[in-house]
Amino acid sequence: MTNPLSAKRAGRQFHGGRITHAVLILFTIGSLFPLVWTAVAASRNNSRLAQTPPPFWFGGNLFKNLEIAWTDANMGAALLNTTIVAGSIAAGTVLFSTLAGFAFAKLRFRFKNLLLLLVIGTMMVPPQLSVVPLYMLIAELSWTDQLQSVILPTLVSAFGVFFMRQYLVGALPTELIEAARVDGANSWRVVWHIVFPAARPAMAVLGMLTFVMAWNDFFWPIIALTQNGSPTVQVALTGLGRGYIPDQSVIMAGALLGTLPLLIAFVVFGKHIVGGIMQGAVKG
Amino acid sequence: MASDAPAAAPSLGEEGAALRPPEKAGHDERRRARRSRRYRQDVRWSPYAFVAPFFLFFLAFGLFPLLYTGWASLHRVELTAPTDMEWVGLRNFSRLLEDEFFWNALQNTVTIGLISTVPQLLIALGIAHLLNYRLRGSMFFRVAALTPYATSVAAATLVFVLLFGRDYGMINWALGMVGFDHIDWQNGRWTSQLAVSTIVIWRWTGYNALIYLAAMQAIPNDLYESAALDGASRWQQFLHVTVPSLRPTILFTCVVSTIGATQLFGEPLLFNGGAGATGGADHQFQTLGLYLYEQGWVNLHLGRASAIAWAMFLILLVIGAVNWLLARRLSKSA
Repeated sequence: MTNPLSAKRAGRQFHGGRITHAVLILFTIGSLFPLVWTAVAASRNNSRLAQTPPPFWFGGNLFKNLEIAWTDANMGAALLNTTIVAGSIAAGTVLFSTLAGFAFAKLRFRFKNLLLLLVIGTMMVPPQLSVVPLYMLIAELSWTDQLQSVILPTLVSAFGVFFMRQYLVGALPTELIEAARVDGANSWRVVWHIVFPAARPAMAVLGMLTFVMAWNDFFWPIIALTQNGSPTVQVALTGLGRGYIPDQSVIMAGALLGTLPLLIAFVVFGKHIVGGIMQGAVKG
Repeated sequence: MASDAPAAAPSLGEEGAALRPPEKAGHDERRRARRSRRYRQDVRWSPYAFVAPFFLFFLAFGLFPLLYTGWASLHRVELTAPTDMEWVGLRNFSRLLEDEFFWNALQNTVTIGLISTVPQLLIALGIAHLLNYRLRGSMFFRVAALTPYATSVAAATLVFVLLFGRDYGMINWALGMVGFDHIDWQNGRWTSQLAVSTIVIWRWTGYNALIYLAAMQAIPNDLYESAALDGASRWQQFLHVTVPSLRPTILFTCVVSTIGATQLFGEPLLFNGGAGATGGADHQFQTLGLYLYEQGWVNLHLGRASAIAWAMFLILLVIGAVNWLLARRLSKSA
């Protein structure tokens, strides 16, 4: 983002006027309002939500509702499970993507272009196409309701490989690798001492993006995990939505609990996540 | 880095070896030969070791299931006994063609896809254009625009179910303020599809805006300067410089959004409240993804679910081909 040309970039010659600001503020309100209102609804009670006009400001029931959601919907366990799942998937994706991305960016081997094409091709295959056999597989292995049934199938990502390749092509000087080789370093030393340090910014971005995606994943977890076993947050929220707990304000408290960790991450790392998405977009 | 390497590196020159006493040179010779053999093996095989984890996982959890889905779609398989497979040939597919719920789901997927993707990308384009101006607090606007992306399908849908509530929902209340009657968002065909699309639009517009913004920042400023010299207004510059330059990016977002729309699942599942995977009392917002889930995991017919999965794949291929043809025509006309 620190391009020296940034001052001369398209559109930048104009300062945004009042209308620009007004439209952007409206858009921002639209983006944030449902989240803020989740908190408002979570701080009320069911009977207040069944009145008109709907509440616009916080009430006093927030902690009571959070507690009910925490215990009745098992949100504490679900949050822990989701952290394990999303953390493992992010770590695995970053590690394997960096290794494969490095090989595709800087090393020579047979079938390289064919294999890279295969990686890109797999990005097009919808997940629905493999859920039935995956379900049969985890049923066969008695993995239903166990977290590895969600972690293992998503542990590698074609997008990640492609993302790291694109980054390392430019960010990793080939001379540096050659110099290390001349000094007698084998491939693993090269990876550890040269590739990982050079790739660190992209690894951080890929890790955050993967974590967000894994945290919010829905389709496969709802098939592989049940609400009574060890659910992720999303599966637990489905249980709330299906009315096992009919209280709307408690449902909103659950939704708030499931969203809050990522929102906090967005407040802290928002700039980097935005940069990562924009970077991936230009190069993808 | 250099200090980590062993002292006698293969970089040792020819003269260096020649100056050594003969018996030591022979020893060095062997060591160097061994090391260079190891080096060659390492250079040759390590790339495969680096790409191996991806392809191993892909074979186990990507390619094998993909092909096996095709195999399962030719069988009668029940969820309760997934190992008892009875060969039925193409019966799952021929049943699908006669199945009114399949055609209904296909139609809903198309309409929800259109009314969510088209406005979403248009708004994203406009917002990206505004974000590209010099702005105070531009990073705040960008992060705020991306926040819905951090919200899960489940959490977002649960909030919108409340907002779209028939009796006490905020949207009907606001419409009532300007004189409209209450709308039954969940039970009407068009209204429910509009509501489901709203959730999709809300979650993805900011994300797409950032992708457009990134592409806009790569447009050279000269293009705008020469357009300005020719007397083009800002709006004309947007139409004749920005949009044509973004064509590849727009195509990219169209493809990604289309793939996403084809797989729509969580929003219609949870918009139905507690009523399961039917997508409304009349299946009025049941998508293909939801129908697959209903057939497989509610009605327990895994074979039929597999056939639906393959049908979805074929539809995606057709859409991909249409996109490709359109892109070719667009780039020809440019």
